[in-house]
Amino acid sequence: MSFVWTIAEQYRGELKQVSFELLSRGRKLADKLGVKLASVVIGDGVSEERMNELIFRGADEVYSIQDPRLADFVCESYARILTRIIKTYRPSIILAAATSSGRTLMPYVAVQAHAGLTADCTELDIEEGTGNLLQTRPAIGGNIMATIKTPDHRPQMATVRPKSSRALARDTSRSGKIIAVSVTDDMIDSRVKVLGYRRDAVDFVNLEEADVVVAGGKGLKKADNFALIRGLADALGGVVGASREAVDRGWIAYPHQIGLSGKTISPKLYIGVGISGSIQHLAGIKTSEAIVSVNSDPEANLHKIADFAIVGDAFQVLPAIVRRLEQRKKETK
Amino acid sequence: MHIIVPIKQVPETSNVKMDPETGTVIRAGVETVVNPLDLYALEAALRLKDANGGTVTAITMGPQQAVKALKEAVAMGCDSAVLVSDRKFGGSDTWATSYTLAQAIKKIGAFDLIVAGERATDGDTAQVGPGIASWLDLPVATYVAKMEAAGTGLKVERLVEEGYQGLSLTLPALVTVVKEIASVRLPTLRGKKRAKAMDIPVFSTENMELDPSRLGLKGSPTKVVKIDTPKVTRGGKTVQAGDDESIEKAVDQLLVFLEERGLA
Repeated sequence: MSFVWTIAEQYRGELKQVSFELLSRGRKLADKLGVKLASVVIGDGVSEERMNELIFRGADEVYSIQDPRLADFVCESYARILTRIIKTYRPSIILAAATSSGRTLMPYVAVQAHAGLTADCTELDIEEGTGNLLQTRPAIGGNIMATIKTPDHRPQMATVRPKSSRALARDTSRSGKIIAVSVTDDMIDSRVKVLGYRRDAVDFVNLEEADVVVAGGKGLKKADNFALIRGLADALGGVVGASREAVDRGWIAYPHQIGLSGKTISPKLYIGVGISGSIQHLAGIKTSEAIVSVNSDPEANLHKIADFAIVGDAFQVLPAIVRRLEQRKKETK
Repeated sequence: MHIIVPIKQVPETSNVKMDPETGTVIRAGVETVVNPLDLYALEAALRLKDANGGTVTAITMGPQQAVKALKEAVAMGCDSAVLVSDRKFGGSDTWATSYTLAQAIKKIGAFDLIVAGERATDGDTAQVGPGIASWLDLPVATYVAKMEAAGTGLKVERLVEEGYQGLSLTLPALVTVVKEIASVRLPTLRGKKRAKAMDIPVFSTENMELDPSRLGLKGSPTKVVKIDTPKVTRGGKTVQAGDDESIEKAVDQLLVFLEERGLA
């Protein structure tokens, strides 16, 4: 029987939230096809307890491939392993997260496996009759939605944006199998070595995995005014993003940039402040669940696509929002 | 050091127009440019050449007109360029494109490094770079924000979810770079003259070693079933916030909106 697979992601032995989000996508497809859903965990030090969480969140089976040499994502080694187990178990569908590792691993493997691969899918479904995977994705800066299928090749592979689906409720009555795949030396590629991580608190942000993103643009007028954006982001438990204009002016570092030459995000809430909304910026935020715009220019493009637009001065409106949020927090305490 | 930079010609995004009848992108008459993210790849390659010596070759797959993108790359400082062009390559998905480009790169000959852009702004898949690496069995580093030659290898920093990941790679290798890597130089007058005079070779099914079953639309595992144009407006609410009173009212309404959506 053909399987649906999801590629779980881990960092230092902890499973990332996106691993559970993928399972809710995979569960729907596996149920429609009447097949099992399996999750593949490549890494090091992922405990059995954590792998059981994958089963509680929808997996029927977990393939566990663990070795100290696999602690960090190294495309070549991960690809060798995945290609090997694809040949052994012949899954029909493989879903991975559209993250820096998923978007590297999947094309590398798709070439070896002669598989069709579709990037950044927003919708996945099964075609009536044929059982083919229907993959819908935005292209040309989100101006079109293309539906793509892979009729003659297996597996059918797709990446899905983090935050674009919700994990299933945890069901501890679910049971499943954990299958350990042993790692042999020929699976490890020695051409790439991970030297370490550098995480600068000021310059770095994990935009793609945030639930709330508050972004600032040209309308903020200077770097110091990003403090307003930080204040609102903190009050909402979110992170700070920026338009290209703000980054190019040196007001904030590149990892914060949203849009065609920056990050594409799908948070639950995006708030754009002093951002006019160029096509390039909109391409990066279109799949957000809710879009709020604050801009004194009534003609701003972002106002037109926003779910909630405030035409007003950000320097007055933002402090008012923060004040109210803080006041409310005190009241509910 | 011989560096190869695969680039793509794309429609200028700010000019993309949709045909309301068919829902497809109108390509006729639309200005094309070098994919803006490929300019960073060209810049990164040229900087490595400036620092360590060597040559840079730009390569693109596309129709005859794509020669314009290559001339731009030469004007920036690339030493040579190759156009990969044949009707039989038309309709290639990322699998077939990466195959065809990998075969063209093999035909160019020995190289130390391939530097590609993070993704193209039209297709937006980021799949062709890692795909080429896979066909050529090269180590790959994507989302590279910093790079330097280190002995016989390369040291890079990748922008990933956890921060900047430091990697060392043996050469030959393939990297894809993000905007942060460098600010892009402008073409020089001398470069423009050289580009104008340069005769750019064309690789096609006539002179390449290719498996015909891996080419173009027919050789592409993925097929486009349909194209929709999503509606642009969400029919949202607009409130005015001018004086103190209207600001407070706007904030009230915003909080109600956020609460209704379970966001605050």
